Amino acid sequence: MRYAMAIDTKKCVGCADCVVACQTENNVPHGYCRDWIVENVEGTYPSLDMKFQSERCNHCENAPCVRCCPTGASHIAEGGIVLVTHDDCIGCGACVEACPYDARYMHPEGYVDKCTFCIQRVDKGENPACVDVCPTYCLHFGDLDDPNSNVSKALKDRSWYVLAPEAGTEPQLYFLR
Amino acid sequence: MKTRRQFIKISAAGAGAAALGLHTLNVKGLNLFGEREDGQTPASDEEMTAISTYCEVCFWKCAGWTYVDKKGKIRKIIGNKDDPNSNGRLCPRGTGGIGMYYDEDRLKTPLIRETKKDGTQYFRKASWDEALKKIADKMKEVKEKYGPEAFGYFNHGTPGGHLEHLMRSYGSETNAEPAYAQCRGPRSVAYLATFGAYIGSPECTDIRDTRCMVLIGSHIGENMHNQQVQEMSMAIDQNATIITVDPRFSTPAAKSKYWLPIKPATDIALLMAWIHVLIYEDIYNKDFVKKYTFGFDQLKEHVKNMTPEWAYGITTIEPDLIRRTAREMAGYAPAVLIHPGRHVVWYGDDTQRERAMGILTALLGAWGKRGSLYLPEAKPIPKFPQPPYPEPKWMWKDLNEGRYPLATMGITTELMKACIPRFKRKHQVKALMSAGANLPISMPDKPLLKEVFDSVEFFAVIDTMPMEVTGYADVVLPEATYLERYDFLRSAQNRFPSVALRMPAVKPKYESKPAWWIVKQIGERLGLHDYFNYDDYSEVLDWQLKQIGTSLEEMKKIGVKHFPRETGALYLAENEDYQFNTNTGKVELYSTELEDKGFAPMPVYKEHPEPQQNFYRLIYGRAPMHTFSRTQNNHNLWDLMKQNTVWVNPTVANLWSLKNGEKVWLKNQDGVVTDFAVEVRVTERIRWDSVYMVHGFGHSDKKLKRAYGRGASDEKMITHYVSDPISGGAGMRGNFVTFLKENPKKDGKEDKA
Ligand code: SF4
Ligand code: SF4
Ligand code: SF4
Repeated sequence: MRYAMAIDTKKCVGCADCVVACQTENNVPHGYCRDWIVENVEGTYPSLDMKFQSERCNHCENAPCVRCCPTGASHIAEGGIVLVTHDDCIGCGACVEACPYDARYMHPEGYVDKCTFCIQRVDKGENPACVDVCPTYCLHFGDLDDPNSNVSKALKDRSWYVLAPEAGTEPQLYFLR
Repeated sequence: MKTRRQFIKISAAGAGAAALGLHTLNVKGLNLFGEREDGQTPASDEEMTAISTYCEVCFWKCAGWTYVDKKGKIRKIIGNKDDPNSNGRLCPRGTGGIGMYYDEDRLKTPLIRETKKDGTQYFRKASWDEALKKIADKMKEVKEKYGPEAFGYFNHGTPGGHLEHLMRSYGSETNAEPAYAQCRGPRSVAYLATFGAYIGSPECTDIRDTRCMVLIGSHIGENMHNQQVQEMSMAIDQNATIITVDPRFSTPAAKSKYWLPIKPATDIALLMAWIHVLIYEDIYNKDFVKKYTFGFDQLKEHVKNMTPEWAYGITTIEPDLIRRTAREMAGYAPAVLIHPGRHVVWYGDDTQRERAMGILTALLGAWGKRGSLYLPEAKPIPKFPQPPYPEPKWMWKDLNEGRYPLATMGITTELMKACIPRFKRKHQVKALMSAGANLPISMPDKPLLKEVFDSVEFFAVIDTMPMEVTGYADVVLPEATYLERYDFLRSAQNRFPSVALRMPAVKPKYESKPAWWIVKQIGERLGLHDYFNYDDYSEVLDWQLKQIGTSLEEMKKIGVKHFPRETGALYLAENEDYQFNTNTGKVELYSTELEDKGFAPMPVYKEHPEPQQNFYRLIYGRAPMHTFSRTQNNHNLWDLMKQNTVWVNPTVANLWSLKNGEKVWLKNQDGVVTDFAVEVRVTERIRWDSVYMVHGFGHSDKKLKRAYGRGASDEKMITHYVSDPISGGAGMRGNFVTFLKENPKKDGKEDKA
């Protein structure tokens, strides 16, 4: 099993509904977020191109944040979901530094927090909150090993890219062109 | 990696430097979610109760479920899957709607204006009984002295609806909604004149099934009109062509096959050229035109010289592009949607521009067909038993004194002028009430509004937040948010009728009260009991629901109920005989109604003023995470976007040596300066002759602790507006601004307006 997400940049409008839905679902304190939007503009007026990317932890196959964690609080759970056991986290911040995507933040209660792919929902067979709220239906989640999962189907006939492939982290967010 | 990359994080937190700032932001640890001993554990849905509501963060009124945990705390709001307006997915504002309930700056008690001995004024906390009595006494006094018609009101949204019921029971229909003259008015008038029908809300736009959608200054995805955003995404999946006409590279422009970067204020020329191409290339929908329309020959003659070459000189859009896009539309007709837009008060000839869009629609046969505009239907809700409303001796229409003969609703500026004696209007308005309308931010011409508040004897406001408008009130009544109250049933027009229930998820916070309760209390004090013959609004809802074959009990479980259509099919059948509700019974390409009233029967392009040297046209719009001026203090939404910026083309930025993120003040053509500085965003996404701002920021009421002083108010720069003589809409895009790099108010003095 390999959980992953595909993000359709052709459809995303950068509305940040995924951000606020994550905040209310996961009790993320005000002023922090686990997912965020990046707007890319290319060209000069009027020959322009623009796309939005809804970004979050890439749940990397080869996760530097996990490798550098001194306590084992950062770990890889079933399906490749990268998690932090809050009780074991000493808040040293090594993983925050190690992540090439700035996906982690220091929670005001002293531990490191990040996207969990809403594991509490996924465990029940549901989608992450951001996927279910997105008004453009541009987020697709599921098991890459299952050819019938939403994410496998979304990737099937489309070209995609990942972020910072040069970092060698083998990220599991796929951005559809 | 891409090289030319503008990196702008829309969300509050994120990478690098941005995230650092946020750590300090939260030091206070203000925690609206209460206990967090568990720290991380999100409440699971099974442990929560889901209570039906429909969203009030904008007018789309999406139905959803408010999730309340075991401790009685609201944790989240999720869309109702059976709701056609939202399909189970609220927009960011709806998802963040909980921030409205938790906002610690909310109005907490009734307030009454007092004057100290030294003349300074302040608000004193008052009991509900005292505040309600004060309003009721004033209403009695006005009725005796001048008649109830002299008590005017501004209304918007569901609280506005309750206020309207009170005022009509009392005998006044002297009202106006900013939603008409400051927003949709010209669209209503134009489509009524052309098709004898309204577009309505939610708009009857068949985006889901369109083959080609044309957006003229409309920016779906920046305005989060939920169902439209969802359907645009479906249309993209279906590879529909999107054509966007906008001087700014908007979000939908980026998703379009054709983006026409038009010179502002020239849209009518482009529309007429499209009409010209359809007719003179003989690619219009002949069956539709022949069977359903009136005035084709006059139209053909009228547009004879309105060629793409003619339009090129005006719009800066290449003739070839005009032709190609017209052909593309014709190729997909009738599954083409000429989107009628929503906020359409731009240049004062807005009814004519909307007419041109209607005519283009008709030439494509793109009305009542799959993929164009469908025939919407709503469920009629029977009125709870009450005596008929008294007939007022005069009403909003009489305030116009013959102006704007086609206006379908009250015009805000006319109601304002009726309040001011120096305009010597036949009918004088002496007192005012408002609900859900933050006039200082929604209205152009601030000095006029100030004069209104100086002139009227009395002004009462119902609101949830200390908005700018509350500062002018004599009595302020704190309203419960939509999550804490029963309200009207939502009966929305859509592809099929549906009804949604809003009920309280929790008790009202502080001393706030639902609008239905507020107006009933005033009504009872005026002896109008027969209009308020219930103790709780749930009685009204249950009665109404039973009339339509359901009940409050059932609706509490399902939230949304669908009803079958009763007015016939969603689309016109092939060759169906159809009577349009116009003078001729046809779609009027040539408008007999406009001609009767002395207006041009077919649209004509008129030149509009251009910016002077060093000035730029001010264009304003929406961000997906905010609604008007009402959400900037909502903590959840403030987290997503705290302030607006002024968008400046790099060429202009160079000229002024403006840097990204630099703070400037704006000054308009009348010398008015913004209250606050605003950050420059240097971006290719805007033309060099214009600047752009998101509307609703730059709040000047200090009680809005988060929103105060964040960004600048576009509305403050709109001192000039052009009234549309047909509809009364106030065209607000004829204002020009320049940059001030130094604080013009160094002496700290407030400026006059
Ligand atoms: S909710 Fe969807 S459309 Fe909106 S920003 Fe997130 S991914 Fe994009
Ligand atoms: S994105 Fe960052 S936090 Fe997430 S797994 Fe990769 S390295 Fe770790
Ligand atoms: S579109 Fe958004 S803000 Fe408007 S009613 Fe729907 S969820 Fe609420």
